[in-house]
Amino acid sequence: MQNLIEIKNLEHVYTDTDGNEVKALDGVSLDIARGEFVAVIGANGSGKSTLARHLNALLLPTAGKCIVAGMDTADDDNLWNIRQHVGMVFQNPDNQIVAAVVEEDVAFGPENIGVPPQEIRTRVDNALAAVGMTDYAKHAPHLLSGGQKQRVAIAGVLALEPDCIVLDEPTAMLDPRGRSEIVGTVKKLNREKKITVVYITHYMEEAMQADRIIAMEGGRIKMQGTPKEIFACVEELHAMGLETPLAAQAAYDLRQKGVKLPQGIIDDEELTEELCR
Amino acid sequence: MPLNLQNVTFTYMKGTPFEKTALSDVSLQIEKGEFVAVIGHTGSGKSTLVQHLSGLLHPDKGSVTVDGVNLNAKNAAAKKARNSVGMVFQYPEHQIFAETVYEDIAFGPRNKGLGPDEVDRAVRDAMAFVGLDFDSFAKRSPFRLSGGQMRRVAIAGVIAMEPDYLILDEPSAGLDPRSRDAVFKEVMALYKKRGIAVILVTHNMEEAARYASRLLVISGGQVILDGVPHDIFTNHKDELLAASMDVPPVYKLADCLNAHGLPVERTPELAALEKQILELRRAKHAD
Repeated sequence: MQNLIEIKNLEHVYTDTDGNEVKALDGVSLDIARGEFVAVIGANGSGKSTLARHLNALLLPTAGKCIVAGMDTADDDNLWNIRQHVGMVFQNPDNQIVAAVVEEDVAFGPENIGVPPQEIRTRVDNALAAVGMTDYAKHAPHLLSGGQKQRVAIAGVLALEPDCIVLDEPTAMLDPRGRSEIVGTVKKLNREKKITVVYITHYMEEAMQADRIIAMEGGRIKMQGTPKEIFACVEELHAMGLETPLAAQAAYDLRQKGVKLPQGIIDDEELTEELCR
Repeated sequence: MPLNLQNVTFTYMKGTPFEKTALSDVSLQIEKGEFVAVIGHTGSGKSTLVQHLSGLLHPDKGSVTVDGVNLNAKNAAAKKARNSVGMVFQYPEHQIFAETVYEDIAFGPRNKGLGPDEVDRAVRDAMAFVGLDFDSFAKRSPFRLSGGQMRRVAIAGVIAMEPDYLILDEPSAGLDPRSRDAVFKEVMALYKKRGIAVILVTHNMEEAARYASRLLVISGGQVILDGVPHDIFTNHKDELLAASMDVPPVYKLADCLNAHGLPVERTPELAALEKQILELRRAKHAD
């Protein structure tokens, strides 16, 4: 498979307010294939968001390379092009909505890059349909629920027809239904529209939906693998200040108590099935 | 003595096309010593509710009282009553403003009219509570701390007011699992030591199940469920789902086991569920 993103020995150093140099990323190498769904987990301050912000050149490498769709993010001339390939969605939906009507908000991106009006109409309709918000096209965003607002924010990114969406804790402020709406929407975009997804989260139940999980600690990639591989490492995750999905934790605990269970149990159904054997 | 909401109704942007009734005829009493979790979807009215509890919003109809004193009156007793309710907002670290950690935490107690010695004691106690060492942090700029540390400073600023009723609006949003546990460990210690009431607004069902003694479910500007969390999560799953809420993961696992013929009681503790699973297996092997 072809790589959309290629990161090689990436370092990011910034100077904090005391004048000390802080290494937020310390030699990260990572390839992300086109169409892949990658979740990034890690404690606060582990470098997740710093890594994400390199993917569309909001931050630039201090050392190493970040290549997106064949373009070096460090090259100024690529900036606008890269940002049309990689869109970002942040934690707080209220900070990402600019217009007073949903469809105008979604149209803001394509208008800014000079898409012809007729095509903007098509893009906005498609983007709203993709996130299941067509019925709300004429609504005022501030009257929507958190999950709906966040879906509008995703539609705004989709209207730029990106190859990749980077979501930085998109569900941190949402209620349970809002959270499942967002995870469902992101999965659908990935499966049906083949959009590459980089999804940062503190919720392990969300991370387990990904094809691959990257676990970060101290600015480095500490572990990576499929959800089944990562969540089998219960002790390592605890040492990193992270959790495992409940079923994986239960399987681990029961195994410690002598119950014979195979490795790789991460959801309730799998655990129940094994226990029923 | 209780915090009391009597027939409270509140409408935003009254008389405009954007008019929206956020609370309608809500009555509710919270006693000291209770740990109340408040859940509800975005826009359900839970933020409006806690802003009434803290006297930040005045009801259009009805009244809010602490120990019988109306929070919205303009006298010394009402001011004292408002001071007895402390509110930690969402992302409280955004409200830090002073040059040193000490000054930031001392702001509230000083405004309350405490003398320098009392302020000093309040600041030291509050810092100890949130696990910030006085000698290493008091003189530092709060803006040079990590996110988790800043949140602790902000929480300390509210704790230093020694509230009888402590409102926490999503205190764990954006924190990793370990930091979440740390914040709640401190809140529980404070709750147990001082016998205050804690009112926790959260989107996290697990937190509600694990920490609260009482659960309020808000929907459409009204309290639709009010009871013991375990009872609500066990017997009112359909109402919760209809209100965009959910049951905690450990209840879901119990439901899944039951659905496949493994009879287990629902419980908020994973360890208790695991114990039941082990007993079932033992019984099966004994057959």
